[in-house]
Formats: sequence, C-alpha cells, structure tokens
Amino acid sequence: MSWRSCFYFLRAAHKTLYTLQEQLGLLGRSGIRPSSTMAQTVTPILSVLPTRGLVDEKFKVALENLPPRFPVTLHSLHQSEDKDYWEAFGYYVSDDRGRVTVSQDASLGGTYTGAEPMGLLWSMRPVPGSRTGLRLRKMDVQSPMVVLISAYKGHVFEGFREQPPMASAVTERWYMAPGVQRIDIRERGVKGTIFIPQGPGPFPGVLDMWGGGGGLVEYRSALLASHGFVSLALDYLSPKVAVADDQSLVYFEKAFNIIQQHPQVIKDRVGICGLCLGASVTLNVAAYSESVSPRCCVCISGSHVLPAAKSLSYVINDGYKHMDKLLVDEQNRMVWRHAILPITTNPDEKLDMGRIKCPLLLVNGDDDQSKATVESAEDIAKMMRAAGNEHLLTTLNYHDAGHLIEPPYTPHFRASNFIIQHLQQKVLVLWGGKTKPHADAQEDSWQKILSFLREHLYPCPSSSIPQAKL
Amino acid sequence: MGGRMRNLWHLLLSVQPSRALVDEKFSVRVQNALPAQWLTVHALLHSEDGDDWEAFGHYVTDAGGDVNVTKDPSLGGTYVGVEPMGLLWSQRPVPGSRPGLRFTKRDVQTPTQVRLSVYQGHQSEGFMDRAVLASVMVERWYMAPGVRRVNITEGGVTGTLFLPPGPGPFPGLLDLWGGGGLVEYRSALLASHGFASLTLNYLKPVQVKNEYFEDAYRVLQQHSQVCRRRIGLVGLSSGSSMALRTIYSNVIQPRCLVCLSATHVQPVGGTIADFFYKIEENLKKSHYNEENQLIGRNVLLPMPTDTSKKVDVGRLQCPLLLVVGEDDQSWPASESADDMREMMERAGNSHLLTVLSYPRTGHLIEPPYSPHCRASKFNAPTISPNKFMILWGGEVAPHSHAQEDAWRKMLDFLRENLYCSAD
Repeated sequence: MSWRSCFYFLRAAHKTLYTLQEQLGLLGRSGIRPSSTMAQTVTPILSVLPTRGLVDEKFKVALENLPPRFPVTLHSLHQSEDKDYWEAFGYYVSDDRGRVTVSQDASLGGTYTGAEPMGLLWSMRPVPGSRTGLRLRKMDVQSPMVVLISAYKGHVFEGFREQPPMASAVTERWYMAPGVQRIDIRERGVKGTIFIPQGPGPFPGVLDMWGGGGGLVEYRSALLASHGFVSLALDYLSPKVAVADDQSLVYFEKAFNIIQQHPQVIKDRVGICGLCLGASVTLNVAAYSESVSPRCCVCISGSHVLPAAKSLSYVINDGYKHMDKLLVDEQNRMVWRHAILPITTNPDEKLDMGRIKCPLLLVNGDDDQSKATVESAEDIAKMMRAAGNEHLLTTLNYHDAGHLIEPPYTPHFRASNFIIQHLQQKVLVLWGGKTKPHADAQEDSWQKILSFLREHLYPCPSSSIPQAKL
Repeated sequence: MGGRMRNLWHLLLSVQPSRALVDEKFSVRVQNALPAQWLTVHALLHSEDGDDWEAFGHYVTDAGGDVNVTKDPSLGGTYVGVEPMGLLWSQRPVPGSRPGLRFTKRDVQTPTQVRLSVYQGHQSEGFMDRAVLASVMVERWYMAPGVRRVNITEGGVTGTLFLPPGPGPFPGLLDLWGGGGLVEYRSALLASHGFASLTLNYLKPVQVKNEYFEDAYRVLQQHSQVCRRRIGLVGLSSGSSMALRTIYSNVIQPRCLVCLSATHVQPVGGTIADFFYKIEENLKKSHYNEENQLIGRNVLLPMPTDTSKKVDVGRLQCPLLLVVGEDDQSWPASESADDMREMMERAGNSHLLTVLSYPRTGHLIEPPYSPHCRASKFNAPTISPNKFMILWGGEVAPHSHAQEDAWRKMLDFLRENLYCSAD
C-alpha cells in the first residue's frame, strides 16, 4: 500500500473532505471485513480539540477506552503542498482508567519526549525515504494544513503504513481566521499580498518581510491579520519586482505607504516585521528612511552589518563577497554565520543603530548557523547604549534555537535546500537549532512578538507613551 | 492625538476557537477597553432560509478594561448571568422577522457563520444602525474534518450515512427525527463523535411499510465499516415512537435506545400509516391557546391502561435513555416516562431505564447551543389551515442548559453501551 496513491484530498466549497479509507489503504475497497472485530480488540476513542484551529492555537489530543496500562503510539501525518509526507509520533501508556491525555502525560519516546501538548506537530519530520533538505511551508494560506492523527497499538517506530491504526482523527490547522480578507497588491510597482482582519477597523498595520529565499511568503501575514493587524507580505526579491540600484529604500517606503494609506489602517500605527534579510531591510528603513517612520520594529534572526542605504542588489552581492568565510561542513551544508564575524568596527560597514527612533524587538537563536545574529545584537546594544537610545531595545535570545524562527508548532529543520537567487544555485544551508529548544523558542517568541505589536500598535487606553521594554 | 475617543476603536475582540464543532464551547474575550466601560457583545447569523437571528449580552469591563464572557456575568440582553455560550443558544429572530421560525441547518457540509460584535453601551435594539467597535466571524460546524457523508438509496431506504474518520469499524446508530424530511445535522455530529450514523427519511409522500426500519437496520449492519453487533437507535419525537416500536421487531436488536421527547402511547400492531393517521386525528382534537398555538399534549392524556394503545416497554431487552422536557406542550413526555417506568417495574426490567427530566424544558431537545424554539409553524397538509403554530414549550435558559446537559449524557450513554461494553 502506498501512501502516495492513498492520500487523496478532496476540496469542495469552503471545506475539505478526505477519503481516509483510501489514505490508509482500507478495507472499504476490498469489501473485506477487518479481521479484528470490536469484540476482541480495543477500539479507543480518539479526540482532537479544537477540530479546526489556527496554526498558533494549542490542541488537546486524548485517547479513551483503552485497557489500563496499555502501550500506544500517537502518530501524526501530513502531506505537504510539495507532496512530501511528514510525520511525528510519541509513545504513551494509558493510565488506570484507560486514558491517554497528551497535554498532561509524558511521551516515553518517539520524535518527542516528555509532556508536550504540541509535540505531534512541531517534531514532525519527513518520513523515511523522502527527498533530502526539505522544508515545510504553506504557500496557499486560504486552505488549511490537514493533519491525520492516529493511535497505534504498542510502541511503533516504523512501518506505520503496514498496519492499520486503532483509531484516527483529522484536524485542520489554519493560517487565516474566518473573515480575514486576502487581497493581491500590484500597485506603484510594489508586489505583495495584504491581509485584512474581520471587523470595521480601523486597525494597526504591519509590513512583513521574509528572507533571502525570495518569493511571496504569506503565512505570517495571514496569522498577523488573524490577530487584528492589517499585514502586507512583501515580495522584494523576485526577478519581476524591480528594485533599482539607485533607489535603495524607495520600494519599501512605497510598500509602507500602501499600508498607511489603506482606508482601514490607523496611519500612525504601522510597524515593520522582518526575518533574516527582511530584518536587515527593516533596520535599514527604520534608521535611514526620511519619509516613513515605523511605530515599532520586530527583527527576527537579523543583523545590522550591511552597508547603509544601499540598494538591495548591492547588499546581496556584498554579502556574497565574503564567500571565503563561508564554510561547508562534513555533510555538505553551507555554514554562513562566520561571514560577518568578527563584527566590524568600521561604521561605514554597518547600520548606525543610534538613528533608531522607535521600539525595537530583536529575536535570535544562539545556535543560528546562518547568520551571527547574537553577536550582531550585542553590537547593536553597544551602539545604542553609546547613542543614548538603548531604552528602545528589547532582545530575546533563545538557547539552542536556530535561524528560522517561525510561527509556533511548525516543524524545525536544522538544514534545508536553498536557492541563491541571483546565482540560481541550489545549496543545502545549515540553519541550526535543536528541535525541542527551537520549538519552544517559536512558541515563546510568537507570543512576545504579538504582545510587543499590540503594546505599541494597539495602545492601552490609560497610557499615551509607548513602553519599549516588554 | 484624539486620545480618549480613539481608544474606543482599539478594542480587541477574540474568540477561540474561531472554527468549532456545534457542540464545542468557545471563549469570547474583549480586551483593551477602558475600565468599567459598558459594552454589548452581540451575535448575528444569517440562516439558510434568509432570516437574521441575534443574541446579545450587556457587560461592564473590569479594572483592566477586559470582558471574559466565560467568567463575567451578562447584566441584561437575551441572556443574563455567567453564560459562556449564551451568545449562541439565546439567539432569536431579529425584530420584524416572520413569525414561527425554527433554526435548522440543512447543508451540513458548510459551517454556520456567526458574526460576533462589540457595541458601546448597553444596547438592545437597532444594532444594524449602530457603529461596531470590533467584530470577528466564527464558524460552527456539524461535521468534523474527515467525517464522510454518504447518500444511501439501497434496499429501498432513503437516508444519509455519516462515517467517522479512521479505519473503523465503528458502532452504528439509526437516527430518527420527527416531522420534516431528511434531517442530517444530528447524525453529522454523532459521526464527529465516532458513531457511524444513518439518518433516515421515513416521512415520504407514500407511507413506508413497517419493514422500512428493518431494511435500514440491515443496511447499517451490513456496511463494512459498522460493527454489526453494536448498533443503537436515537429518536426525537415521532422518531422516538418509531424507535420504541422496534421492541416488536425480530430483526432490530439494538444495543441501546435513546428516546428524546418520547411517548409510548401509539396504536400497537398497526402500520406506519396508522401511526401518522392517529397523529393527525389527535392534532384535530387538540386545542389552541390564546396565542393561537396548538397544544398537543392533552389529547393523549390520561395515560391509557389499555395495552393495545401503548408500546409494551416491559419487553425491552436493552438499556433505554429517556430525555424528557417537563414543559413539553406537544406530547405528554413526563407522564409517558412515569408510565413507562411503572410498566418496566412491573415487568422486572426497570434496571434498563434511565430518565433525564428537565424542568422548564420543551419538546424540541436539540444538540447544544442551538437556539431554543418555543413555538413554530408546522405544515400538516391534511389539516386546515395548512400551516399552524405548534407550541413546543420550554423557556430559553433552562431549555438550553438541558440541551447541553442531555447531549453530554447521551454521548456518555452511547459510548458506554456501544464502545465500552463487552460483547
């Protein structure tokens, strides 16, 4: 039985239906009754609540009606948009009442251990036999991620497809809350997607930028809109998007203005959020733009070590000129963190952080193998201290987290395939991080990012001065 | 800066989960308002029939400028007190709607969308003309992801089968409604809780034969994903009557019965046609109250002593759960339950009987958080005037609490008898 031929995904109207029988290569087709009738074997009752959740909502997985002290494996399965299969599993033993409660009980082994309510999601990895260097990302945010959760007898570590589970449940994980609108933006040469929360507004806004991988990555913006922010996911690296050499920040200023001028946005409550190269752009705009002033900035896994106010293509090419410092490890993975080390003392080679005028949140993992973000953050603090604006700075450093700090409960990848856009070259990049600490970092940092954005963009009725420190 | 006025516009309204099953609770919070601020939280839905339904509660924010609907009391509106789900179950048609409406979702493959909004002050009307401070959309689903819907037309049986996700096999349920064609939503929900549930259309223009239910039972038994020895029956109103009739069947051997708003008073040994003929006769004899609503319960009272006029529940061989609304104005459900208990005590099988009796609760005991319907239009072609109002009974809050409690207990009962018990 092949999962590929079995995992059949039907979409109708606003929901998805699955033929799980086919997924599990089931019985219905052959017309043969299962040899194990309920009389002899165990049929536990598996529940996942909520049945349909937002990607950053926790769920509760529970099993009932098992014999007491019965070993079971809880397994999750997801087929990505690229058609790869991802799975996670944990080993449990039912209690005296025949119950397993994932949010409370400890997993004794599998892809995660300990009491981990969301381990079945964040510890997912490609199933054995998959292509290498995979990364799980949802590009179509208007449909949910569908996850099949199953319970197997005993403690199983392989061969999940060779035996039918005792019970299964399906859960949907959404990036868009109901009522959130998605609108393509193609104006003034700016390319992106804007997400608008449900309700009359007006709302604060966020300019959202991803990293050097390019393309139009929408999921974080969709989630931010689900939390009440008008969010513009910006495409700034695609070949079709002209980012002219001599107009360094103009493209980003235009994008910022598009948000500000939207009828449902509060003009003086627009912030910027960026990851990796997007974070660098964020700092560049915040420090040097003369026409836009973000109310606050969030920089995830970013650095200020880049020439100021230069065009993006200059910056990118400049970045690759340090190729001699780029290592390749024994597994042929590119390790880029040393490119900017040691942090330059030459002020012309980095952004002047003394020019930052708004609250700034830095989110970094100390096992970031792609960029020296922790060292950059220390240097940023030093510069801001000297300039007298350090009170605007908050830094979150997560031990053993890597570069790709994403929304919570999404799987961690220590390395994955990456296409160097302007060289059109595919490499395997080491991002770093260990799975469990990285998952914890994603969960914690997302809450803090949302709090930070709410604090500075949705003011508390009783205060009028923004508080920089969390 | 326009400080204080602008602050009102920065309310955060959040509902978790934003997509849920119809019987799942949600948590509604308002944050970032001023302390001790008066607010109205409002729910609005647009039904498949094109009517608008609404509910609302009056709140005062705490010292932090927050309202938590799960913990804070509503001081007025369509519900009062601490009622986490009041915004759903206290819904009623908006002023100016057609009379006698009953909320029903026919297409169970799409969700019911409810818009929750926050208004300034304690408002009770004119919501469409007022400025909304914040609003979110939530979805309420009858089908969990992975539940499959299958049209059944084999063996002369017309119905819809809902199968839970997973390898199966599953315990089965024959789901029998009262009047009104093929009603799917309870079966969709039951399948979302692990039961293969077949809802049956037995009120066709040409009356079905007695064997129809046996045919349906067989369809369920023979399905490859149903455990043939673990099948139960669930009925509401005349569906309960059909369920009780199966006591006389040699084919239908359910493991348990759930009968909501039931009476065992019916002609014994006749056809289905006889049954419905009697119903119509009774309707003709029923009287109307001052509001021109038909009250059906009295015609069947007092409880007959003649055994040919009621199902002999002394012959029951499986557990029976009776769910009774004490304010049922349509059928004498309380009196019937008492009479059934007496019969079973005499026969020595009363240990099989569980009765859940709810004060101030009416006839239409539906899945939780569905709006309560005290009276509605009922279409009976042979009676003139054709459309008349039937009084079902019940008061909004007690009836809604009863629905929530009964549903949970019904699921526990079904699990215990169909999932947990040994063969």
